[in-house]
Amino acid sequence: MPQDITIYLTDREGELHTLIAPTDMQMNLMEICKAYELPVEGTCGGMAMCASCQCYVESDHPLPERSDDEEAMLSEAFYVEENSRLGCQIQMTDAIDGLKIRLAPSE
Amino acid sequence: MIKTDILIIGAGPTGLFTVFEAGLLQLKCHLIDSLPMPGGQCAEIYPKKPIYDIPSHPEILAGDLVKNLEQQIAPFQPGYTLGESAVSIEKTAENEFIVTTDKGTQHQAPVVAIAGGLGTFEPRKPPLKRLDFFEDKGVSYIIKEPEMYRDKKVVIAGGGDSALDWTIFLENVAASVTLIHRRNEFRGALDSVEKVQHLKNEGRIQLITPAEVTTLEGESKLTSISVNKEGEILKIDCDHFIPLFGLTPKLGPIANWGLEIEKNAIKVDNTLDYQTNIPGIYAIGDVNTYPGKLKLILCGFHEATLMCQSAFKKIHPEKRNVLKYTTVSGVSGFDGSLKQAAKSTIKTIE
Ligand SMILES: Cc1cc2nc3c(=O)[nH]c(=O)nc-3n(C[C@H](O)[C@H](O)[C@H](O)COP(=O)(O)OP(=O)(O)OC[C@H]3O[C@@H](n4cnc5c(N)ncnc54)[C@H](O)[C@@H]3O)c2cc1C
Ligand code: FES
Repeated sequence: MPQDITIYLTDREGELHTLIAPTDMQMNLMEICKAYELPVEGTCGGMAMCASCQCYVESDHPLPERSDDEEAMLSEAFYVEENSRLGCQIQMTDAIDGLKIRLAPSE
Repeated sequence: MIKTDILIIGAGPTGLFTVFEAGLLQLKCHLIDSLPMPGGQCAEIYPKKPIYDIPSHPEILAGDLVKNLEQQIAPFQPGYTLGESAVSIEKTAENEFIVTTDKGTQHQAPVVAIAGGLGTFEPRKPPLKRLDFFEDKGVSYIIKEPEMYRDKKVVIAGGGDSALDWTIFLENVAASVTLIHRRNEFRGALDSVEKVQHLKNEGRIQLITPAEVTTLEGESKLTSISVNKEGEILKIDCDHFIPLFGLTPKLGPIANWGLEIEKNAIKVDNTLDYQTNIPGIYAIGDVNTYPGKLKLILCGFHEATLMCQSAFKKIHPEKRNVLKYTTVSGVSGFDGSLKQAAKSTIKTIE
């Protein structure tokens, strides 16, 4: 049985949330946020086309590199930092158990 | 004043299908949409992507779904007010509604169906100080009249198709065009990328990458902007700054119409007919919320169908009505057309 993993998320008000995420449901971080009813719109449905799921990665977990689409969207997003990622491009896997992230401001 | 039976705000898949279900009940519809074309998210966000969960379509492109809907509702001759946003609503003495758009077009109907999806698509605005102040004083997000830029100094920011296309177009019109993007790669049609490369090589435009606009300057109107290019600050004199970062949906003015709002959506009575807290105003499709709500096209179709039955009772309280099958009754359009199943032939065999 695949184990659930834990994600630590700081929302836009600075409040900390502990999210328990399944690794066998093909879910990404944007979807986990929506499942927890956090204020992440996911307007483009996860196509790396809207940046409404932007977050800052605050732990040093090994994440897959940004794809061309993600790079392109981040280059047109606002409030982008070195550690910015699109939540919809981060799949739930064992390797990111304990990941710490912070939501980027909404546009 | 445009008058109709059901005034539909939003011409996405839900709004379009409402026209069909209303038409079967002999009710006329008029659609308002802020986009210049019907189709909502399907047309604006993903027209070339396939959808796999439309019943009986194993696969259909979002753009084709919209085209099919337009064809299906054509016999019911819907009216369209496109490129205008519904901004206000008021009630008349006769209990009808008057909906006015941002361009002042007025519509009157006894029933209003809000099928506004995620809201009106509005330009994404970069978080720059005094950006709002300079709107219409040098800053614009949409190019309405290209002539406005004749012989002016224009700066465009963005890395997608619209930034590339307008750079190419305005190069012919403006005194100078500068294109600024946060990296060297552009996401756009290959053809446009090559054209911009060519214009740059010929020195006909200025391309500043990787760079970001940091400040807007000017007293009563925009006179220059400053750009951070890899740590170096460049000041560029300009008359116009056009940030082109695409569109994003915002619920917009509907949020102030006295409707109950929850989770950025309109609360409705889902056990009955998707009516809102204001009798006569319904909310269907992505724009509504109720326990168990799913934002799916097929759910929008279902909601539209139930809503039209309720609207019929509201508009014709004296008339009795029963559900009819289109196979049996056919579809009689307001244009005089009639679609009907072939009659069975009855003939004697001697
Ligand atoms: C990338 C992506 C993939 C998707 N894939 C699927 C899928 O596979 N299957 C599925 O079922 N669904 C899918 N969806 C969801 C689907 O597109 C929506 O459920 C559907 O578009 C909702 O239709 P709608 O008519 O309710 O709203 P919308 O399509 O959002 O249309 C609403 C319209 O209302 C207009 N509007 C809003 N407010 C106003 C106003 N005040 N004045 C004038 N006009 C206004 C807007 O301009 C818009 O055109 C997907 C969505 C996205 C973004
Ligand atoms: S949901 Fe749109 S970019 Fe992630």
